[in-house]
Amino acid sequence: MHVDTHLDLEAVATLKEIMEDDFALLIETFVNDGTERLAALALEIEQGDADAVRRSAHSFKGSSSNIGALHLAELCLHLETQGSAGELAGLADHLQKVVQEFSLVKQTLIELL
Amino acid sequence: MSSSRAEPHQLTVLIADDTDTDRLILESIVKKEGHRVISAKDGVEAVAAFENEHPDIVLMDALMPKLDGFGAARQIKALAGEALVPIIFLTSLTDTESLVQCLDAGGDDFLSKPYNRFILQAKIKAFNRMREIHATMLAQRDQISLHNDHLLQEQTVAKQVFDNIAHSGCLDATNVKYYLSPLAVFNGDVLVAAMRPSGSMIVLLGDFTGHGLPAAIGAMPLASTFYGMARKGFSLRDILREINQKLKDILPVGVFCCASIMDINFRKQRIKVWNGGLPDCFLYRAASASVESIASTHLPLGVVGDKDFRDDCQHFALERGDRFFMWSDGIHEARNASGDMYGEERLRQAFTENEDPESLYDDVLASVQRFIDLGEKDDDLSLIEVKMDAPENIVSQSNVVAGSGGRGLRGWTLDFEVKPDSFAYFDPLPLLLNVLVEVPGLRLYTGSLYTILAELYSNALEHGVLGLDSSLKASAEGFSNYYQERKRRLSEVREGYVRFCLEHHSDDDKGTLNIKVSDSGEGFDRTPSKSFGSDAYSGRGISLISTLCESITYVGNGNEVHVVFTWEADA
Repeated sequence: MHVDTHLDLEAVATLKEIMEDDFALLIETFVNDGTERLAALALEIEQGDADAVRRSAHSFKGSSSNIGALHLAELCLHLETQGSAGELAGLADHLQKVVQEFSLVKQTLIELL
Repeated sequence: MSSSRAEPHQLTVLIADDTDTDRLILESIVKKEGHRVISAKDGVEAVAAFENEHPDIVLMDALMPKLDGFGAARQIKALAGEALVPIIFLTSLTDTESLVQCLDAGGDDFLSKPYNRFILQAKIKAFNRMREIHATMLAQRDQISLHNDHLLQEQTVAKQVFDNIAHSGCLDATNVKYYLSPLAVFNGDVLVAAMRPSGSMIVLLGDFTGHGLPAAIGAMPLASTFYGMARKGFSLRDILREINQKLKDILPVGVFCCASIMDINFRKQRIKVWNGGLPDCFLYRAASASVESIASTHLPLGVVGDKDFRDDCQHFALERGDRFFMWSDGIHEARNASGDMYGEERLRQAFTENEDPESLYDDVLASVQRFIDLGEKDDDLSLIEVKMDAPENIVSQSNVVAGSGGRGLRGWTLDFEVKPDSFAYFDPLPLLLNVLVEVPGLRLYTGSLYTILAELYSNALEHGVLGLDSSLKASAEGFSNYYQERKRRLSEVREGYVRFCLEHHSDDDKGTLNIKVSDSGEGFDRTPSKSFGSDAYSGRGISLISTLCESITYVGNGNEVHVVFTWEADA
């Protein structure tokens, strides 16, 4: 299944309703979380720590899906799957796609504030 | 738990997730439902938060640093003990192995990402209901257990009270083996045994209808009647009749007592048995190693009134070593794990397979208990064995302490004189009878003794001291005149006496009572012949007395009479 929706706007609207005044805090937290995860993933891929890659990607996939960033979650799933299989070759390039997608989602979310 | 009691809808929910974004979202959803939230960023924090805050429900991420969700779930479930603390795993793990891992760790459910607010709310509600049901169940279980403890304690007390009554008897005798489980007592089984003054042993096994207190309570009047009468030497039939009447009077319709009663005379080597409604009693013959059964031929106690009650017994001669068995239906109806009943066939088989008569009792009991095995835990068994043995081998604590009951008066004399100013108001008969019943062997004959003494006293007083002529009573008119005259003379009498001289001696199981009554009167005209029953005695009730005693003789001028009364135990 290929998802090219960058941000599920309906999901974001629900979140806004749930979070109320804390929505901005949530976006900020997601952005900080994501930045840290991506830095960690870069390091873990470089070090060849496949299990760490799997875990980081799994966590980031979860929070991405929660925020409605469906394509980002899908990109993370690939990282997780490769990490599980212990095949890290080519993942550095794939990580670039994740970074770009994250950047896009971040931009869109900030505009929604 | 306490939080949910104070405000029915507010729960304390622990959220353990290392991803800040996810945790923030969950916190908001849960708070929106009005619950209190505690957060933890890893498994270690989660366990600590659980210990400090005792949350009602836990939302737990599976993958977390330090201690993962599986380990934290295990520790939390262990800390929670019996209380139900639902743990919902937050996971986007989808492979079966991971889900199984969550369940193994004690997880109760899953919530997958992205979180759906409505699904989460529904799950929290559902688990809260389950939690409340579980708490109610625990509370009720504790209450039931408390009630059960209370019930057992009551049964123990009831058994103690009952034992105090039952143990005034001779169940401890060297020739008796018995088993009466506490549950059997509480279900209305009663076992009483006493040595009669004559040295015979009388044993009653009863089984009241019904269960619990209503069944057990009838045992009290039964036991006290039994012991009161057995000790005074009343016969088996008298005791049976009295108990039957008493139970008939006090028990509601439909409540009665199936019973077997036996009276064993060790000296004469014989036994009397009455069975009303209990399973067949067994008489084990030592010589042939065979069993004779004594079936119920009567209605249970407390069913019919005295008029319709039948007290006829079966009699058997015994030999040394013969054994008599009585049981309630608890043995026959004991069930094993598959619900089969022990039944009479297995009981007979236990007798057939026995090799040493001395272990018969133990064999039977062991056979029943082996059969029950994992069946009903609460046994309801009553069983007694009474062995025929030489009188000198029958030793019971009750014989030693019985005192007034066991031995009582044997050889003695009593002189008693009634003077004129007592004639009008004093009746000497109760006083004399009170002395006589101190002789165990005479207790059986209080009726006869009363009749004899009453006739002798009224003859001495009316015809002797007061000088009334019995021929006056020949007509109805004369009868009336007689009593008017009696009253007048009684009020005027200033001199005279009636003198009793009682003398008793006895062997073990028989005795003689000599009664001499003399008065201050002039005697009466009589032929010198020693015979009686002639016209000269008419109206003096002498012919009645003569049927009750060994001999009756008038001496001197007829103002002194000698009566010889003999008694024999187990007549």
